[in-house]
Amino acid sequence: MYLDNSATTKINKEVLDEMLPYLKDEFGNPSTLYSIGRESKKALDNARQQIANSINAKSDEIIFTSGGTESDNLAIKGIAFKLQNRGKHIITSEIEHPAVKQSLYFLETLDFKVTYLPVYENGIIKIEDLKNAITPETILITIMHGNNEIGTLQPIEEIGKIAHENNIVFHTDAVQTFGKVEIDVEKQNIDLLSLSSHKINGPKGVGAIYIKKGLRLVPIIHGGGQERGIRSGTENVAGIVGFGKAAELACSNLSEHEEKLSKIRDEIIEKVLDKIPESYLNGDETHRLPNVINFRFKAIEGESLILMLDAKGYQASTGSACSSKTLEASPVLTALGLDPVDVHGSLRISLAPDSDNFDIDDFVNVISESVETLREMSPLWNQDTDYDEIMKRK
Amino acid sequence: MNYSEKVMDHFTNPRNCKKMENPDGVGTVGNPTCGDLMTIYIKVDDDVITDISFQTFGCGAAIATSSMITEIAVGKTLDEALEISRNDVASELDGLPPVKMHCSNLAADGLKAAIENYHQTHQQN
Repeated sequence: MYLDNSATTKINKEVLDEMLPYLKDEFGNPSTLYSIGRESKKALDNARQQIANSINAKSDEIIFTSGGTESDNLAIKGIAFKLQNRGKHIITSEIEHPAVKQSLYFLETLDFKVTYLPVYENGIIKIEDLKNAITPETILITIMHGNNEIGTLQPIEEIGKIAHENNIVFHTDAVQTFGKVEIDVEKQNIDLLSLSSHKINGPKGVGAIYIKKGLRLVPIIHGGGQERGIRSGTENVAGIVGFGKAAELACSNLSEHEEKLSKIRDEIIEKVLDKIPESYLNGDETHRLPNVINFRFKAIEGESLILMLDAKGYQASTGSACSSKTLEASPVLTALGLDPVDVHGSLRISLAPDSDNFDIDDFVNVISESVETLREMSPLWNQDTDYDEIMKRK
Repeated sequence: MNYSEKVMDHFTNPRNCKKMENPDGVGTVGNPTCGDLMTIYIKVDDDVITDISFQTFGCGAAIATSSMITEIAVGKTLDEALEISRNDVASELDGLPPVKMHCSNLAADGLKAAIENYHQTHQQN
């Protein structure tokens, strides 16, 4: 059972079927004038409308990109370069996706100043902190909608309102929330929004950015002037067609999916916390995505847990340093103020609309048995181990 | 993480994983903040390791290397056991992913610490 849908999802069959003609006979370049090119252009226009409809935007406010990472880069660098004469201060949170964080680190090398708002124990920023961070130099607030590790939702509507009261542009990375909870760029006061296809059962390598009408960005990819000059390069027509269809499917059944997944989520949380001693939920209990759960278990390490769950047929992920490429503990879990040892014991479970057909009791039993096995092996779980003595080694 | 079949075997079926009652030597190495903490227990008779066990908090590689060293070290004299290197453990497991060679490959150090502890507590010999 695949339960790592925040990492990526399986492509939907209907999505694939829509894409196939554009990988075969409908191969025209949308920028050309003859019929086969015009067919591709029509397909692009249709997908653009599908994306626009799903976030209450207009189709000419949607620019296709190669994915969430490019959208974040374009939003942040594009607005920073455009507005740098007005000010060079940007506000963000401590738990942004690396695509946002690394873009900001890059801007810091160009003398931009960045304020990183803390998120506290529940993973949510405080509006007071945001208000206090604003200066006359502030040009951009970039705060994610939902977090990719703990699923916590930020109060973006309020953040956007404060941004606009202060004449500041508001960008939000909605890669994890798109197709999971409602997004309405008008109502939520959003100026720039990053989206990705492969998190909603669409193909990889395609995403989009919503740019509010009237707002201008400096492009970061220069070339033949596709996508109204904001993102050059011949469009990934099949990918875009798939993304459009995936968005339509995800957003047309939004509340139904939300309700179904929330129920599964809550059942797993309740049963795990009930069955496993010293187990905890990471992130806010109520302001969270319907499909993401993040636990931590005392005295075990997450990579071992992932390997054990996989051996028993369940694929999930962890914020443990031992499983990351850089061997760094999850900065998101660390920002919650957790002890580094506890960060190692984290488990992320992320559902998709098709994750409704599995035995939750079996899954909870498998987690419980695996945690127990690892604890039996762990010197940190022994009743008579001098934990304080060991911790002094830090 | 791409582990060899041998690593997965020792991770899934760890050998000699238990807390030892009345060991002759105990060594704990690693740092739980980094995600790896390992305790090695030994029983020694006439300078030979007659029994060895471990407890480990850590990733797949940390558990597999702990398990493997118990198989390598049992029956060896203390001097022979001190010669076992991190590389020996890794190669007996058909290699470890490069990032794991440093952080999780602690078993040889754990065994050395246990032998050191044995010498300290049995100085009359």
